[in-house]
Amino acid sequence: MGTVIQCRDLRKTYDGRVEAVRGLSLAIETGECFGLLGPNGAGKTTTIEILEGLLEPTGGQVSILGHTWQENARELREWLGISLQETRLSEKLTVRETIELFASFYREPRCSGDVLEQMQLSEKGDTWVGKLSGGQRQRLAVATALVGNPKILFLDEPTTGLDPQSRRQLWDIIRAFQQSGGTVLLTTHYMDEAERLCDRLAIVDYGKIIAEGTPADLIERLGGHHVVEFAVSGNSNGTALEVWRGLPGVESVRTDDGLVCLHVHEPHLTIPALLDAVDKQHEQLLHLTTRQASLEDVFVRLTGRHLREE
Amino acid sequence: MAVSEQPVHPAEVRKPDTPAPRNGRWSGYTHLLMARMKELQREPEVIFWVFVFPLLLALGLGIAFRNKPADVTSIVIVAGPGAEDALAMIRRSPQKDSIHADVLDQAKALQGFRLGKYDLAVEPDGRGGFRYHYDPSRQESVLSRAEVDDALQIAAGRKDPLPTSGVSSSEPGSRYIDFLIPGLLGMNIMNAAMWGIGFALVEMRQRKLLKRFVATPMRRSDFLLALTSSRLVLMLTEVGLLLGFGALIFQMRILGSLVSILLLGAVGAISFGGLGLLTASRAQKIESASGLINVVMMPMWVFSGVFFSYERFPALLQPFIKALPLTALNDALRATILQGASLGSQAGRLLILVLWGGISFLLALRLFRWT
Ligand SMILES: Nc1ncnc2c1ncn2[C@@H]1O[C@H](COP(=O)(O)OP(=O)(O)OP(=O)(O)O)[C@@H](O)[C@H]1O
Ligand SMILES: [Mg+2]
Repeated sequence: MGTVIQCRDLRKTYDGRVEAVRGLSLAIETGECFGLLGPNGAGKTTTIEILEGLLEPTGGQVSILGHTWQENARELREWLGISLQETRLSEKLTVRETIELFASFYREPRCSGDVLEQMQLSEKGDTWVGKLSGGQRQRLAVATALVGNPKILFLDEPTTGLDPQSRRQLWDIIRAFQQSGGTVLLTTHYMDEAERLCDRLAIVDYGKIIAEGTPADLIERLGGHHVVEFAVSGNSNGTALEVWRGLPGVESVRTDDGLVCLHVHEPHLTIPALLDAVDKQHEQLLHLTTRQASLEDVFVRLTGRHLREE
Repeated sequence: MAVSEQPVHPAEVRKPDTPAPRNGRWSGYTHLLMARMKELQREPEVIFWVFVFPLLLALGLGIAFRNKPADVTSIVIVAGPGAEDALAMIRRSPQKDSIHADVLDQAKALQGFRLGKYDLAVEPDGRGGFRYHYDPSRQESVLSRAEVDDALQIAAGRKDPLPTSGVSSSEPGSRYIDFLIPGLLGMNIMNAAMWGIGFALVEMRQRKLLKRFVATPMRRSDFLLALTSSRLVLMLTEVGLLLGFGALIFQMRILGSLVSILLLGAVGAISFGGLGLLTASRAQKIESASGLINVVMMPMWVFSGVFFSYERFPALLQPFIKALPLTALNDALRATILQGASLGSQAGRLLILVLWGGISFLLALRLFRWT
């Protein structure tokens, strides 16, 4: 089977007013890890919950593993593992009781002990859920999704609020699931997560996909390979921006928080020219860095905004 | 934690799985029921509200309203000329054992009467006669006046043309505590079902746990069934406790069969469960749910004869009161427990309960939101 998750022209309007999803189409292949990347309120949760059959779309079609929610809900539920953005599991049940409860809903679940071990929760097996740390709860939430032995894993912001190490642990678990043949759809607003974990991703903004592709491809196409950021003495005004745009190898220019950012293909051509230009203006360079372009740059380039307003 | 500090390599993460257990039809239901029971058991408040609180209430009310020995009435005589005579006359009357009299100055005497400490105040008029201060709206006061008047008249030499005598009755079965315990039982069945099902559901909805559950192949009917069963188990325990308590502490006599009583309790619990489900079908926040639950229960606390008989309300209200599910449950419980009525004779009341439960349940099915 090629495409496991497909949706066409998905729309969702809440209360007849809030257009959360505005014509979104996706096709996700078997064995892929696909990411929905977008800022708060972009419509990621709405989209993923429609795909999960938990929300009725206002318009559009969904097909999962070749079935629709109207016809095969019961079978589909056996094949999907889901972790919602926020679920507070019962605090007075132990970790093992929780996993066994979720396992009991499936016809052929995985052995609860194995899942606990894989999620590194074995030694917390007899601890009440209420006494777990945030990261452990997050892992438990993923464990409840894995215990049904799903073909597809839906994870809504699985790593939000985790420390870097816990995030990496979760990435490893997601990769392991993928290696055993599973397909993953996840949402995130961490660029590095999307870049390192996802085979393909869609950048969502205001309920629409504004770019789609592999992380490398997106950066290549839209970010420019490198970013040169600098500041000069004296105010860099509009006319100055024109000067920077004219430098060799520059694809686009923007200012960001007092810095000028140049997206460039070949920094070794651009930087000497930049230094010359600064000299000619009798200004001084206050700051200069170069770095690899990231998905953040792609997002800023497409929308003029940052993905996460700090 | 030593374990989590080692990086996990994908290759070693997934060891060959232990052969998977295959789940049968009822595995979801049994696990849900077990989980619910464990949660309840680990919640100290539940133990208190479900088990201890009703017993305390029964104990407190049972003691406060216990029948006073031989119906003694407390009266006060206003000090002054003639007061000592009045006291002496009461002391030599045939009613001397059932009248307790104090002598106080006027202000104190009337205040004690107003506060309900005394049922009657007797004020000598100084010319050999007496004036009674009584409160016609208080039954005890009216009775006290008749009793004291008889005592004084007889002591003063009145001869009754007919010899009469009275036998006092405080048999188990007709005392306040006997009235109270079935009422408390009914009220608790209602409270437990409304909170234990209605409130619990809204709380789970607010926590997005309901949504998480319906994202699995869990049967929704199993979930509701498990929630109801857990309440039934609690109900059985509670009925046993409260009746045992009444029998032990207050020598309450239980005339009906235990099976009938438990069946009644179960019908009541399921009926109120349906009402709880309906109350909880939409609310997203526990605050709004609590308000709603209280609004639904309030009229029944007042009208359904938990603490006092609803016969006291105007006749106009009676049909409305009798149609309330708690009235039906309380009446049926009283008839069964106190008079040994059979379940068959309670068919009408059972029908009221079934209708309330059934209609609420059907409405709830259409309105209920899992997300
Ligand atoms: N139940 C609802 N009723 C009304 N509006 C809603 C509801 N749920 C979401 N919205 C609105 O729809 C839009 C998209 O929300 P959604 O939760 O899908 O965003 P998101 O991309 O998941 O954001 P986040 O990163 O914060 O999780 C938001 O503007 C939100 O306010
Ligand atoms: Mg979201």
